[in-house]
Amino acid sequence: MLGAYFDFIRIRFLTMLAYRVNYYSGILIYTLNIGVNYFTWRAIYGDGESLGGFTGAQMTTYVAVSWMARAFYFNNLDREISTDIRDGSIAIQFIRPYNYVLVKMMQGLGEGLFRFMMLMIPGMVIAILLFPVQLPTEPSAWAGFLVMLFFSFLISSQINIITGLSAFFVENNEGMMRMKRVVVDLFSGLIVPITLFPDWLSSVLKVLPFQAITYLPGSVFTGRVQGVGIWNVLGIQVIWFLILLIPIVWLNHAARQRLFVQGG
Amino acid sequence: MYYLGLLIEYLKNYMKTRLTYRADFWVEVISDLLFQATNFIFILVIFMHTDSLGGWNQNEVVFVYGFFMVPFGVFSCFVNMWGFSERYIVKGEMDRILTRPAHNLFQIFLENVDPPSLFGSIIGLIVMAISGSNLGLPFEWWTLPMLILLTLSAVAIYTGIYTTLTSLSFYSDAPTGILPLMYNIQTYGRYPVTIYNRAIQVLLTWIIPFAFVGIYPAALFLHRDEMRTMALLTPLVGVVFLSIGLMAWSFGVRRYKGAGS
Repeated sequence: MLGAYFDFIRIRFLTMLAYRVNYYSGILIYTLNIGVNYFTWRAIYGDGESLGGFTGAQMTTYVAVSWMARAFYFNNLDREISTDIRDGSIAIQFIRPYNYVLVKMMQGLGEGLFRFMMLMIPGMVIAILLFPVQLPTEPSAWAGFLVMLFFSFLISSQINIITGLSAFFVENNEGMMRMKRVVVDLFSGLIVPITLFPDWLSSVLKVLPFQAITYLPGSVFTGRVQGVGIWNVLGIQVIWFLILLIPIVWLNHAARQRLFVQGG
Repeated sequence: MYYLGLLIEYLKNYMKTRLTYRADFWVEVISDLLFQATNFIFILVIFMHTDSLGGWNQNEVVFVYGFFMVPFGVFSCFVNMWGFSERYIVKGEMDRILTRPAHNLFQIFLENVDPPSLFGSIIGLIVMAISGSNLGLPFEWWTLPMLILLTLSAVAIYTGIYTTLTSLSFYSDAPTGILPLMYNIQTYGRYPVTIYNRAIQVLLTWIIPFAFVGIYPAALFLHRDEMRTMALLTPLVGVVFLSIGLMAWSFGVRRYKGAGS
């Protein structure tokens, strides 16, 4: 049974591989994103040495690693699920002898692995060559970052799955999906690190799951969080992973009761 | 006249589909505005930590952003190519389009009209008015005509860029993921381009000219004389890029052979 799930990873990976040419443009555009963010931050820093506890060099590294992490964890599971729901093919998937949500997660992982190898790694190499990125020297930062990156993927995909499954309840969830994308980019710390927000907002964001996607792994990679602190931030990610399982299980259960096909 | 009639028919149709999903209309308006709000938050956060961005103060940067929202709203309303490849090429709907008398690109624009986006333009005008009056900008006789001209030019630039990129899907058999990736880049043209290094400046000015939909035209209203020439070039850039887009499109359509079932 487990083998079947692994096949979903493999198949999605191979499907992505067939379309790999698209990803060369992706590398270019992600690098450009990093570049523009880098120059914007440099203009903001001016002569200042540090903002919100970030030095200029740390900010460069943070921007680069955040965008590259996004290159890995980003996927369109929300769109895939809501398309399945709207065209009715989810009815067939529900009666097949596997867990629909788990299959989606596996497909997302297949895509993630592909993006890791074809987009994140080459993109990171280019970013390091172009911008003054400081790589951490401690092995614990690397290990911690890689583990946290995996949890970023899990949490981001969980949020996507919740958004996608919501199509059962609001029929057309296009707006929700767009809103989710915006909220995740801003509140995860991709655009602005969370410590730079006004105090009231950053204290709100600290109790939301989004920081676990970008900000926490970025903090480990830039060395703002070290040693025992890594276990703490990893703990936050694990807790969010577990909490987010609850709405998914509930939605998946409720969806079976509510399923009505709108055509197709 | 014929095309105007079509536009009205399509808008009627749009209203009907929209009334089926009434709540969704407002969700979409709110999600659009939220997207803009995140960029505002970014600007506000920046100016909590610095007084000037490349020599531009907060009100000026906000004004540029307000201007940027106006053409962007118009563009998103009438030219929405999101998911073109999936919908028209992979599913073969392009065949249906090509058998009809109206121009194919026009039909595609019509089928995807998105009036909620215009709310963004309205907010943009309000933002310009507020930050403009904070700055004490004079309202000249040319302000309004120039605003209309530059907005139309900026819409032409957007349309040119996105039509060119979309027509790539005629050449590649796979769905191209370029459009979503471009989405982030277009917002960079609203910051003072002088803060970027030369390569990015050239890129944002001449190759994917997003600087012409934000900072350059807005500089005219801000009386930033160093960018006046660039601002006045906007209509020309609009014509050039729109032509490139239309040419790429018609070459692509000629190459189109139909796919799928």
